[in-house]
Amino acid sequence: MNIWAALIVAIKATVIMVAVVSVVPVLVWFERRGAGWIQNRRGPNRIMLFGVKSAGLLYPVADAIKFAFKEDIIPADSNKFYYLLAPMIMIVTALLAYAVIPLAPSAPLAGLSVQLPPMIKDIPVPFMVAPVDVGVLFILAIAGLGVYGIVMAGWASNSNYAMLGGLRSTAQMISYEISMGLSVVGVLMLSGSVDLNRIVVDQTQLIFGIVPRWNVIPQILGFVVFITAVYAETNRLPFDLPEGESEIVAGYHVEYGSMKFMLFYFAEYIALVTSSMLIVTLYFGGWSFPGMKTVMNWLAGVVATIGISGNLQSFIVSLVPLTAFFAKTAFFMVLFVWVRWTLPRFRYDQLMRLGWKVMLPLALINIVVTAIFLLVV
Amino acid sequence: MAVEPRYTPSERIYFAEIFRGLAITARHFVNALRGMLRGNEPNEDMWTIQYPEVKRTPAEGYRGAHMLNKDEDGHIKCVACFMCATVCPTGCITIEAEEEEEGYEWKEKRPGRFEINLLRCMFCGYCVEACPEEAISMTRDYELADYTRADLIYDKEKLLENYDRHKRGEI
Repeated sequence: MNIWAALIVAIKATVIMVAVVSVVPVLVWFERRGAGWIQNRRGPNRIMLFGVKSAGLLYPVADAIKFAFKEDIIPADSNKFYYLLAPMIMIVTALLAYAVIPLAPSAPLAGLSVQLPPMIKDIPVPFMVAPVDVGVLFILAIAGLGVYGIVMAGWASNSNYAMLGGLRSTAQMISYEISMGLSVVGVLMLSGSVDLNRIVVDQTQLIFGIVPRWNVIPQILGFVVFITAVYAETNRLPFDLPEGESEIVAGYHVEYGSMKFMLFYFAEYIALVTSSMLIVTLYFGGWSFPGMKTVMNWLAGVVATIGISGNLQSFIVSLVPLTAFFAKTAFFMVLFVWVRWTLPRFRYDQLMRLGWKVMLPLALINIVVTAIFLLVV
Repeated sequence: MAVEPRYTPSERIYFAEIFRGLAITARHFVNALRGMLRGNEPNEDMWTIQYPEVKRTPAEGYRGAHMLNKDEDGHIKCVACFMCATVCPTGCITIEAEEEEEGYEWKEKRPGRFEINLLRCMFCGYCVEACPEEAISMTRDYELADYTRADLIYDKEKLLENYDRHKRGEI
């Protein structure tokens, strides 16, 4: 890898990270106001900046300022090393996971290299931070690591509520990780690969010439198991037992304040974004949609009429699949919020029964059915 | 004894019910947005009262801050009989009686000092019920916040002023 390739990777990593991280305040805003609208309230709308009402958009900013200026407390009887390590693990795993998700097909991005040295032109630039060919395994591994942050936070805080939260979360995440992994197996069998790029490319085909062959159609059972497991993995309602406000105050992060709490909060929402991206990539065709080529050709024509051609033209056209990907991801992020204000929290035994007695067998049945299907066809 | 609620088979499977729930919340979401477009006033789709801009009108008979009533000549009705101070469960009413002025000898007494400590008052309205002269009653004023404790001890002048404000329809 030469210096230019490294530079491109660094720029990509920065741009994609900034994009993902700046989704979080908007998501927090939507969660609060969406909750209001679902409950026939207006939601938080009072904050003003220089006399301009911001529709409540500035509350996350106010939150961030508040977190930054809060006193940084470490409980006296806590295990300081693990207490400080836990939020770091949470934020690092959250920021790592989306690195392998392909946001758009490899594009001739060399268009931007007009002023740059010529050696850059030959490097293909896929819209993903780390083009590894074991993307699914990477994401599952990172999701598994995230449990450590929660367990450590719960244990090191030396608080009953935090430890109960940590215990619940360990049991919950480990149970659902199994059905999550098994439900993805169906997708892997269809594509014969753990490369997320390959999985997306396989979904660009059409059935009967009109219906996109997104994995959600042949893998509907696997999808149901997967999305349930994802909700449990991200500790979102109806599976937010690790936090369970009414029972254990705030769960594993009850002893955390100021910026350390913000890291937990941030990690939670980034995990939500990553999960939405993963659902889209695995089951809803990633960046592809039927008629994408037509739209891209049409856009190329429009761009050409206003006098942009060559590499810049192809760069603008390659934003079409990127936009499609973000639109689909946005839908699933909205769905996360929507479900949160619809379903009540499960009881703990119901959660375990659902995980082991329903989701696990369903995932196994899905694998068997997929295998028979592949053998017959 | 725990009674198992009866569910239909589709409710038992739970899966279809998720979509029914999502449909309900989506309906409320859309209705709320529509309700918001109808302005600041609360309506059946948007229940929030935008408080400082829009104010709730309390029900008839709402027990807010007190007032000391006046007769037709604008003279204080109170005869300083101490009935309200006696019946008050919190002991928030302080009265000091004085002799009535000329022309009102039939009353014999009037309050020289009449103070209600609103920080102690629990707005039960017993003072109004106990009063034999209908001299004290309650307004519908609920905006009682203030900056100091002293400001929340309403004296005779403030209570009489409340009567005037009530007559003007302000509270």
